[in-house]
Amino acid sequence: MLLSMEHLRKEYPNGKIAVDDFNLQVGRGEFIAFIGTSGSGKTTTMRMINRMLKQTSGTIKINDKDISKMDPVKLRRSIGYVIQNIGLMPHMTIQENIEMVPKLLGWSKEKRAEQAHKMIELAQLPDDMLKRYPGELSGGQQQRIGVVRALAADQEIILMDEPFGALDPITRESLQDLVKHLQEDLGKTFIFVTHDMDEALHLATKVVIMSQGKQVQVDTPENILRHPANDFVTNLIGEERLIRAQPNILSVSQIMLKNPVSITPDKTVDDAIELMHDRRVDTLLVTDDAGVLQGYVDLEDINRITDPHTAVGDFTNRQVFFVKADSLIGDTVDRILKQGVKNVPVVDKDKHLVGIVTRTALVDIVYDALRGAPEANEEPASPINADIHAAATHDEGGEIPQ
Amino acid sequence: MMHFLATYGTQLIAKTGQHLYISAAALALGVIVAVPLGILLTRMKHGANFVITLAGVLQTIPAMALLAMMIPLFGIGSTPAIVALFIYSLLPILRNTYLGMQGVSPTVRDAAKGMGMTWWQMMIQAEIPLAAPVIMAGIRLSATYVIAWATLASYIGAGGLGDFIFNGLNLYRSDLILGGSIPVILLALLVDYLLGKVETAVTPRQLR
Repeated sequence: MLLSMEHLRKEYPNGKIAVDDFNLQVGRGEFIAFIGTSGSGKTTTMRMINRMLKQTSGTIKINDKDISKMDPVKLRRSIGYVIQNIGLMPHMTIQENIEMVPKLLGWSKEKRAEQAHKMIELAQLPDDMLKRYPGELSGGQQQRIGVVRALAADQEIILMDEPFGALDPITRESLQDLVKHLQEDLGKTFIFVTHDMDEALHLATKVVIMSQGKQVQVDTPENILRHPANDFVTNLIGEERLIRAQPNILSVSQIMLKNPVSITPDKTVDDAIELMHDRRVDTLLVTDDAGVLQGYVDLEDINRITDPHTAVGDFTNRQVFFVKADSLIGDTVDRILKQGVKNVPVVDKDKHLVGIVTRTALVDIVYDALRGAPEANEEPASPINADIHAAATHDEGGEIPQ
Repeated sequence: MMHFLATYGTQLIAKTGQHLYISAAALALGVIVAVPLGILLTRMKHGANFVITLAGVLQTIPAMALLAMMIPLFGIGSTPAIVALFIYSLLPILRNTYLGMQGVSPTVRDAAKGMGMTWWQMMIQAEIPLAAPVIMAGIRLSATYVIAWATLASYIGAGGLGDFIFNGLNLYRSDLILGGSIPVILLALLVDYLLGKVETAVTPRQLR
């Protein structure tokens, strides 16, 4: 186990028990969310991991080493730390902020600078932002920096204390995507404190529900939705979410249409029009030879091109909104509705195109969920027939799976 | 005026030099003592108020009285003057250092500590740079005080531009009074301006 916490207890001098017999084993690459009402001890527990607080009794081990026997300064440098109010140093440039822990660890100047460039790219922010000061950035951009700063020295474990609590919903969502990406693709381990149930269910591989210093339920988001341990958990999740639980535990790959219509960038406009005509679609997804999603072209784009020999790659829209095959339908619904797109390509972990989700396909899911009678097993009326613009083939329409 | 400069020119330069020396020495001592003390006070749970009040009390002693009190301890000359002015310089620097350090956001401290800074690193890399503008404002205020009060140092034989003023008062010579006062004012303004530049320079770009 990467991190193991056994019989943790925190008692304050005034007799208040903040954490009582807390036990948790965390494996590498897990995403643990601590959730509970305020005063439930979730932040206290998290702060014991990097010894910002000292437990009254119990042990915390990282890679089987008892942290109470480690130098607290060294320990903290090896653990990423992100707090709600961002905590960037206002008098340092973004670059200096990112380089903080590497500098404390004595990395060379070149290595630090290289890392800073890598990190700003990871944060999906422009490189020239390194020279700016935190106050010149928006809250969301600052917290992006806050997140990658916590990884700058290759920390394995990252602690986050309600990091997105102060951000607006759309910014929050994009940051959630960022940390999810860091966990899934870089194998980082996150301990994440939140009071937002949606956030916990969406991000975590394991949710720890706490109340008054005690663990109430520790399980995967799916199991918590299926079998809430008691009324407290049910209340915390909320009736509405439990009704919606069905789409929330189905993944996109289970409802997507396979074999979306795609084209490679080297084909010409002529080819594209022919393909559209044959398959009766108005949008083509562009993939490279290996099947990696590059973008899309639609009828309007093609209309604008006068030379029929122009390569598709020359006018591909690269700004394409896509979802991952293993993401949950519930989230996908929200995003598709918010983005206002007709259909969304589905990709696997390496951005290979594997399918497409159409708006019409989602309607059925939402309808079922709202009626509270999931009928995913029933063959839905082929939604594609109703939508001649859908970028999927007719014959695949009936294959909407359970 | 040309006549005044022709007659007293060299003397004026020498007295200005003395004046500057006394003020600078007193201020330097004040910074050396009050800045670390102010930082230390923010680390103590109790006692901060007591020390700041004490410095406030020292400030209320009339300047002439304080200078006179220095004579039995240090005799006459520039040493007692420097000590007396040093005592005066303490309060503004001490208070501003204390307030500046207190004003550093707890979030910044939490982040700095949580990322693995030692006590000393937190101080040097985070807290002092952030408190620097406020500390600098205190030093600037002290500097103008000290330059103005250094005039009185002439009274205990420390020299400085006060010599002109006291002589002028004794001899009913307004040219001497003005010849001493105007350079003091100019000196105070100049030093204030220069320290103001320093204050801007130490202020993080973002906080200006």
